Amino acid sequence: MDIVVCGKVIPASSVTIEIEPDTKRMKRKGVTHELDPAAASAVEEGLRLTEKHGGTVTLITMGISDVTIGIRNALAMGATSAVHILDDAVAGSDTLATAKVLAAAIKKQPFDLVICATESSDSYSGIVPGQIAHFLGVPPVTFAKEITVDGNRITIKRQSEAGYDVVESTLPALVAVSSGINEPRYPQLKGIMAAKKKEIKVYTAADLGLAADQVGEKGAREKVLTIGRPPKRQAGKVVTDEGEGGKQIADFLAEIKVI
Amino acid sequence: MADVIWVYAEVSDDRLTPTSLEMLTKAAEVGQAEAILLGPAPEDAVQTLAKHGASKIYRCADVVYKDYLTLPAAETVAGLIQKNKPAVMLFASSYTGRDLASNLSARLDCGAITDVGDFVLKDGSVEATIPALGASYQNTSTLVSQGTKLLVVRPKSFEPKVNEKPVSVDEIPAASDEALRKVHMKERVAVKREGPQLDGAKTIISGGRGLKGEENFTMLKELADLLGGAVGATRAAVDAGWVPYAMQIGQTGKTVKPDLYIACGISGAVQHLSGMKTSKFIISINKDAEAPIFQYSDFGVVGDVFKVIPQLIDELKKRKGA
Repeated sequence: MDIVVCGKVIPASSVTIEIEPDTKRMKRKGVTHELDPAAASAVEEGLRLTEKHGGTVTLITMGISDVTIGIRNALAMGATSAVHILDDAVAGSDTLATAKVLAAAIKKQPFDLVICATESSDSYSGIVPGQIAHFLGVPPVTFAKEITVDGNRITIKRQSEAGYDVVESTLPALVAVSSGINEPRYPQLKGIMAAKKKEIKVYTAADLGLAADQVGEKGAREKVLTIGRPPKRQAGKVVTDEGEGGKQIADFLAEIKVI
Repeated sequence: MADVIWVYAEVSDDRLTPTSLEMLTKAAEVGQAEAILLGPAPEDAVQTLAKHGASKIYRCADVVYKDYLTLPAAETVAGLIQKNKPAVMLFASSYTGRDLASNLSARLDCGAITDVGDFVLKDGSVEATIPALGASYQNTSTLVSQGTKLLVVRPKSFEPKVNEKPVSVDEIPAASDEALRKVHMKERVAVKREGPQLDGAKTIISGGRGLKGEENFTMLKELADLLGGAVGATRAAVDAGWVPYAMQIGQTGKTVKPDLYIACGISGAVQHLSGMKTSKFIISINKDAEAPIFQYSDFGVVGDVFKVIPQLIDELKKRKGA
């Protein structure tokens, strides 16, 4: 089966996020990047399925040139090839414009299954997978914590408030996997060496047949008006435990009349 | 004329979800609130919606909405939006709500704003406040598309209030197209949880990576029992397999707002903070003095959770006995 994984490469978790005041966007250029851990889980799930059923895993990502490091990481994990949508015109895309770009890129690949993370670890909107599914005309199967494929049927365990639901669909489909569905593998030396020879196709929005007003800031429906630090809670008291820490908490609980 | 604001009402565990009623209360405060209620619902659902401010309810009880995810509901709601053109439609940031808003935002080519904590309407446009990038930055956003604005609202953003309105019910036909029956809900499995639930708990004791293992959550359970609270966890602790997902608090887990939150071995990643930072009192214990959680705490102890918590437990027992 041919699997396309949509994943993001984001500023590394060690990076303190800064906002560019003019564009009101996250500063990304020149910042250390890594494959989003949520995307790594999606890649891992694709690899596990193809190890069982055969086929290919293609990573599709959209981003600036700094993201190549994360693409290489996915290839080193074992992805077959990658597609990088690299185009200044897509900067400032909102969820909808992002979904249009990714769906257009997916349509250029043969696929039975698209796997996405439920949400990226840097913007958490959680609605891009469903939008992509709509543009592809395939069923959205979301919040998956376990995936089973049997012929052209896919069954997932889907997170629910009470536990999980067993949900079934036919392929082709799009599955959004929840964090914790698996433990992504670390690339081994052999994989890292092999990744250097793997193909990364680079597309612009125009290559994908998208007009300039469909993508980027021009295509965005959501516009950020203001951005800033939220009002802080009044900082409380912090003490260092010198053998009385537990008692000090009990005193505080008495002070706020919990005990 | 007041702006018409729609709320997608959800049923879970045979009752309307709290977030449905929270959104409805807000909608009735800023405009004319109307609700969409699809699929089987408890008998008093219409009455409960009216009690929280709904003046009109679009209703279809067909099981197609329960047996098949997202697509039938999206078809029905899209048709209703195109016909009635409400100013705003609100969805809960839940499994169902997010999927539905996602599909509609693409289908109607209108976009959506997610993770909304509050919003105002100004001359037909909407201005939403959202905690962007986890909880570290907050922003306000608007939608520039024409027509209905879709907002996905965080649970517990608004206080549900009784605000009874005379109500009319519009029975609508079910989405009948076979092609919509693609994502089949085969079985609902309830996973048994021990101890008090997080939802509605007045006190929550929560553990993170610093707890180092599953077995150490018993220490939190003991503390929670002494304070009459429930035990929660961070995504790190859940991902490590120490505790079930039902205990996860944060952006991808539950949003909680207890009177007292005790964070144990939690650094305060934005993912976690966004699910608990509106708690009334926050106490934290962490070995790293630089941990962000301390900036949100009313009282913090820089120290070893394995020393501080046992001492706190002993102290509580002593004071209880006294």
